[in-house]
Amino acid sequence: MPARTVAVASASGLHARPAKLFVQEAARLGVPVRIRVGDGKAVPANSMLGVLSLGAVHGTEVTLESDAPDAEEALDALAGLLSRDLDAEEALDA
Amino acid sequence: MPDEVVPAAGAPEPPAAGSATPGAGPAPGGSTGVGVSPAPGGFTGLGVSPGRAAGPVMRMAGPPVLPAARPVADAGAEIAVVGKALEAVAADLRHRSAAARDRTSGGSGGDGPGKTGGSGADGPGKTGGSGGDDAAEILDALAMMADDPMLREEAEQGVRDGLDAAHALDAAFNRHREALAALGGYLGERAADLDDLKHRAVADALGVPMPGLPSPGHPYVLVAEDLSPADTAGLGADVLALVTEKGGPTSHTAILARGRGLPAVVACAGITELPDGTYISVNGVSGEIAVGVTVAEAARILEEESRERARLAATSGPGRTADGHPVKLLLNIGSAADLRPGAEGVGLFRTEFLFLDRKQAPSFEEQVAAYAEVFRQAEQVVVRTLDAGTDKPLPFLGLPPEHNPALGIRGLRVDRLLPEVLDTQLDAIAEAARATGADAWVMAPMVTTRAEAADFARRARARGIGRVGVMVEVPAAALQADRLLAEVDFLSIGTNDLSQYTFAADRQHPGLADLLDPAQPALLRLVGACAQAGRAAGKPVGVCGEAAGDPVLAPVLAGLGVTSLSMAPVCVPAVRDALARHTLEECWERARTATA
Repeated sequence: MPARTVAVASASGLHARPAKLFVQEAARLGVPVRIRVGDGKAVPANSMLGVLSLGAVHGTEVTLESDAPDAEEALDALAGLLSRDLDAEEALDA
Repeated sequence: MPDEVVPAAGAPEPPAAGSATPGAGPAPGGSTGVGVSPAPGGFTGLGVSPGRAAGPVMRMAGPPVLPAARPVADAGAEIAVVGKALEAVAADLRHRSAAARDRTSGGSGGDGPGKTGGSGADGPGKTGGSGGDDAAEILDALAMMADDPMLREEAEQGVRDGLDAAHALDAAFNRHREALAALGGYLGERAADLDDLKHRAVADALGVPMPGLPSPGHPYVLVAEDLSPADTAGLGADVLALVTEKGGPTSHTAILARGRGLPAVVACAGITELPDGTYISVNGVSGEIAVGVTVAEAARILEEESRERARLAATSGPGRTADGHPVKLLLNIGSAADLRPGAEGVGLFRTEFLFLDRKQAPSFEEQVAAYAEVFRQAEQVVVRTLDAGTDKPLPFLGLPPEHNPALGIRGLRVDRLLPEVLDTQLDAIAEAARATGADAWVMAPMVTTRAEAADFARRARARGIGRVGVMVEVPAAALQADRLLAEVDFLSIGTNDLSQYTFAADRQHPGLADLLDPAQPALLRLVGACAQAGRAAGKPVGVCGEAAGDPVLAPVLAGLGVTSLSMAPVCVPAVRDALARHTLEECWERARTATA
């Protein structure tokens, strides 16, 4: 199954605003992607509650996976999002 | 609305803001108690945010009561109810989020309580500002939780397993709540948000009014048991005033109301029994609620209030009594973003914001930059060193939980375990002061003994910080004020904690608001003792608790000999005005009456 493993780059971890942006993007892409920490339980990437429950902090390695036929692009997009510091980008926006 | 909403005639005219006398008001410490009304034609609570307003009551519904489970005949219909409930909750939150963004872009920004709104003058605050964008962010995140596909799937599965819609929703929310609560910290706090969403969804499924803010389409006085941060984040411009059955002077409601400049009365027993649509007037100074004002009277009160606000907004200059005795008007801030013009400096710069949500202490360089940003913009700044501990846990401190955090390792006491935190902070304050040439003062929170004051002063002075003080929040410190002033250059009285420790009453306790009233004579006598010690030593003694922003107490505190008042920026004009209306001699008289 296609997968990407990436460390969460946002300073506040996969909480708050970074989690919101990630889940929104997953929902927008519309491809069923799941996310997990290590060998933990995988949750749908479009589930805010699921993503929060991972408890991923700055530096946590998370794995994105999908068996949908056209998943590669979506996985790249979501992995790219996680590897950026979304908190810092918020500061620039403000 | 026509005049027929007005049953009780002859509503007593509440005294105008600023003319109430402490002691004659809602019984600070007196035997009449707080909120034992309804008195004929009205109620009395604790006025916590100045100003007057009048209009129809709208109550915020409480959480729905889950009835006994019922058998499900048509699972398909029940699943539709689940979906509709979740969609309704999400749609409501999105609607409120859009409204919050509109408010910000409408140019009414700058009215948020700042980033440290959580727990009064001393709190590192967890709830963020109520500036429109912050509020919208919170509401968006909540909407996404209500919309969550996992949650919905689980609730639907619950129905397929035989639960009715309300119970299926309840169970699904509870499962996620437990998962988040188990993670603790920031996510543990989101668990409470999930309860709020659950109540809304269950109410919709049951067909009862959704708890949360009403949106009647006209201005109203919001009446509630108490207000949660989620409620207050969505507070719209159509709210005229807040009245709550519970809460105290340092409650979330009080702090939010002062930040927004909304009149507010808390600890008002019986108020939630008023039917929606009843016209009432609210006096946020005296705590009086008159029931049965006419529509015309309500309009007149609002007009008078807006004239009064315009008049106050036009005042300027330093704090002075009518005969020119100076009382400095200073600001309580959490960062440079909270600074506003019109005051004479910063009397309380809370530094907690730098340390929140951190796994490691912020670096020396980061601290220098944050302090310098404030120093460059204000003439005189009193920096309070980190005020955290087991009462306000910060991850990087790594303190073990305590049985009684308010009486444990907090404030300066953290220094007993982690002296390097204070050393680095003092280094950074000294460096920022040097770099900007600012008049930087520094003070420590939760100082209890002369030896603690002496040690703090030695370490601050060794770094070249010119003015060193301590906060008086513990009765032991107030009783030793003269001894502390032998070691330091000034005192700053934190009335919120000083109340809590003097009256043995938890600051957040909803049922002890009368004990936490800053007009309590015993509290004022401790303030007076500190001020007297300051006069004898020729050193300044200020007040930086919530009491300092109360226009009724301002002349009292001036009469007790307090030399500065430090408050939320929104409180400055009314306090300036209250001081200017009294001569020093009148202030003395008020102080005598208030401590009698």
